[in-house]
Amino acid sequence: MSDHSDNLPAVQEPIADPGLPAHTPRPTDIDPKAERRAERQVAFFFLLSMVMAVLFVVAYFSLDLGKLEEDGTREATDTFWGLGASHVALGVTLGLTMMFIGIGVIHWARKLMSDVEISEQRHPAASSEEDREETLAALQAGLEESGIARRPLVRNTLLGALAFAGLPLIVGLTDLGPVATSSVRRKTLEKTVWKEGTRIVRDVTGTPIRPEDLEVGDLLNAQPEGLVHLHDASLKREGVDYLEGAPLHIEKGKASLILLRMEPKDITHGKGRENWTHQGIVAYSKICTHVGCPISLNEQQTHHLLCPCHQSTFDLADSGRVVFGPAARALPQLPIKVSEDGYLVAQSDFTEPVGPSYWERDSK
Amino acid sequence: MSTETVATTNGKTAAAPKKASKGGKVVGWADERLGLATAAKKNLRKVFPDHWSFMLGEIALWSFVVLLITGVFLTFWFKPSMAEVQYMGTYDQLRGMYMSEAFASSLDISFDIRGGLMVRQMHHWAAMLFIASMLVHMMRVFLTGAFRKPREINWVIGGLLILLGIVEGFSGYSLPDDLLSGTGLRIAQGMVQATPVVGTYMSFFMFGGEFPGDVIIPRLYMAHILLLPALILALIAAHMLLLVYHKHTQWPGPGRTEENVVGFPMLPVYMAKAGGFFFIVFGASAIMGGLMTINPVWKYGPYDPSKVTAGSQPDWYMGIAEGMLRIMPGWESHIFGITISWNIFLPGMFAPIALLALVLSWPFLEAWVTGDKREHHLLQRPRNAPTRTAFLVSLMSLYGLLWIAGGNDVVAVLFHLNLNHITYFMRAAIFIIPPLVFILVRRWCISLQRHDNEMLTHGYESGIIMRSPEGGYSERHLPIDPERAYTLTARERDEVYVPGASEDANGVEGGAGKMDGLRGKLSAYMFGDNVQKPTTAEIEEGAEHLAHELEHEHEAGLDHSADGHQFDGRHEVEGETLRGDH
Repeated sequence: MSDHSDNLPAVQEPIADPGLPAHTPRPTDIDPKAERRAERQVAFFFLLSMVMAVLFVVAYFSLDLGKLEEDGTREATDTFWGLGASHVALGVTLGLTMMFIGIGVIHWARKLMSDVEISEQRHPAASSEEDREETLAALQAGLEESGIARRPLVRNTLLGALAFAGLPLIVGLTDLGPVATSSVRRKTLEKTVWKEGTRIVRDVTGTPIRPEDLEVGDLLNAQPEGLVHLHDASLKREGVDYLEGAPLHIEKGKASLILLRMEPKDITHGKGRENWTHQGIVAYSKICTHVGCPISLNEQQTHHLLCPCHQSTFDLADSGRVVFGPAARALPQLPIKVSEDGYLVAQSDFTEPVGPSYWERDSK
Repeated sequence: MSTETVATTNGKTAAAPKKASKGGKVVGWADERLGLATAAKKNLRKVFPDHWSFMLGEIALWSFVVLLITGVFLTFWFKPSMAEVQYMGTYDQLRGMYMSEAFASSLDISFDIRGGLMVRQMHHWAAMLFIASMLVHMMRVFLTGAFRKPREINWVIGGLLILLGIVEGFSGYSLPDDLLSGTGLRIAQGMVQATPVVGTYMSFFMFGGEFPGDVIIPRLYMAHILLLPALILALIAAHMLLLVYHKHTQWPGPGRTEENVVGFPMLPVYMAKAGGFFFIVFGASAIMGGLMTINPVWKYGPYDPSKVTAGSQPDWYMGIAEGMLRIMPGWESHIFGITISWNIFLPGMFAPIALLALVLSWPFLEAWVTGDKREHHLLQRPRNAPTRTAFLVSLMSLYGLLWIAGGNDVVAVLFHLNLNHITYFMRAAIFIIPPLVFILVRRWCISLQRHDNEMLTHGYESGIIMRSPEGGYSERHLPIDPERAYTLTARERDEVYVPGASEDANGVEGGAGKMDGLRGKLSAYMFGDNVQKPTTAEIEEGAEHLAHELEHEHEAGLDHSADGHQFDGRHEVEGETLRGDH
């Protein structure tokens, strides 16, 4: 045994190692017929692969996707058993093209290439003692010549310079986004587009809502006016800011609303919130206070609202209190009233930041 | 090596360098410029051992290559932009809707590009394969002790690869900007924002302001196609280099020791097997991409922060974080005008990282407890490391529980259960079930060890029931074959570390103080109950006993097997008939 064995566990007892068993020949090793058969099989797999590649090309050009052309015309989509024929055929033929190459090569390895096991010695992962000493000596000599130990002034200022060089690398990233200072937060996280008199509109059609449109038990997804794409541009009202693109999505992520009408006697008003409802109609933020999913599942009998992401459940009859799940805070309530022309509008913005918590949030 | 018993096509004479063969000329030309022959001469015929479980990492490697190839195809058409456009493409149900260019181009890839949907699905399936095979490969390495010295660094590299693979998967999943992945991104943003102290700042930097903004998709795209793949490639390269340098571990067996590696040469056998396997993985993912729908984004529709679908589920590898997030009680602290969201950052950020760190640090923990500084190249059967095996299986049970918790809404609907009850159950179960599993698996492993010893000393149960003249029944035990017996005993004896001992049997100096005491206790717990392999004396005694028993049977006239049992497949049966007239 080599000196390597000092560093290896002994596993020889209690039974001595009988040594590698003798090689058992395969049929292909001793029978020329079997050998030629295996050869033909391998070649057959490669031929099949070629056929599949050709079929891929045929499928590519012959099966129609049913694409809508520039001039508005389209061919019918070819299908196999209701599946898009083109994708299915391309996937299967490409898959089999590759698969047959793989099967052929592995078959070749298993049947025809030598299966005599070879033994190879291992070597310790560590370098030899001499190599290690030489390396250490070289390292020592290099450091010595650099004088890094003898010249603390140079060394320490270099370390300082390297540390300071990190500053541009980090500071240079500041424009990734606005720095979330308190003034920035006040204009962003802590504010929505709701203000006194903003109309509450349906989230699909963008039409304003009258209290009498809602029966007891009705639940509506609503938005502030201006956040819903109007199909008819002439319906746009003056004085309303119609948002698009990123600002629209950002505001939808904060201002979305749930409207629910219940029996006024069922409502337990929060302190100071007695006038926030109108004839049993309550308005709550649709954005979950847990991690911000839009809440959408309603239990009509209990006035409970469930978030489909993590199942936080809020009681809309009781100031949006959390009754179940991982959310920690009640849903923010939007104070609402009826405008002079009879539509539901906001009394003001939300009185607290909506959506998930953050470190600087003052949750008094 | 004998050339008599291999295929004749391999040639009967050893290869000898010929003069100026074509191949030789090419090699010469290249070597004069690159000097690779020195490295190649050792590695071309490098030996790799064979076992089915060594293929798991290969699946991961090849599915990553498939991801690179299909990913390049997808970049030709995907537009990583959040600019709003009106969709006017082929898919009727969404025509006229406003959506981001990213989503519109995902629809175009799915409906207007021949093979586009197939490749998109292939890319997604290959990503599933990539992460799943890495996890299973990691389990194999853990259960067999393949992470022990000198392979600890490769273990950590592998762990980082899994982490990067998951992040890469999540970033790619988010790119189409559909309703489902947008919801996932919203949850991720909520988690970032809930990070203590820096959360709000980080979220604003990531999203260029408030969620969702219009920069996250291009930024994720850059990370998904450049930054993360580059890191993954670099780590894979390091992983493979170390694998070649250390040489692969092998199972113990006759002729397979700590000092050698027995198997087939890289050229040609592994070149063919591994190379061929790439085509199999490629082919399998192409067939899956063609036949099995995954992530049908056109059904979810474009992302809208005010919309969500019921039954929102992330891809499976995010399931445990999702599960923890769902069952966490709603704890939040408000002090001095700040908010600490325990309910979000504990399950969402702290717990997954802590779990990964625990698993990655296991080799170092185990090495500290055993004090073992030797190299290990022979794999251990899971039963021979009962505490380690039990630890992983209990983690697997935790993983499974959190998976169920992550789909608690789906489970509630499927099994008609109350969702709240599932959640309450899971809150307790994740603390109760894994320890129970741990105890059970540990005892199970120890029983299996005992069973191995019984086979070694008393032989195997032949299934032949003998009746003695007195009328008693007994099962005949027969000795197991010597190669199997050697394989079963080819393992080390565990040594329990005794604190205070100045030097243990492995020549490791003992420390002192509290840590030393803890090490002793851990060692006693981890190895104290293990069943050690029999000693030479015990084996000999067992063999004698068996021989004696057989002799005794012969004396009693039981020298033939019971009627009918001569056909048990272990004997020559030519000319045998059933005795008697039945």
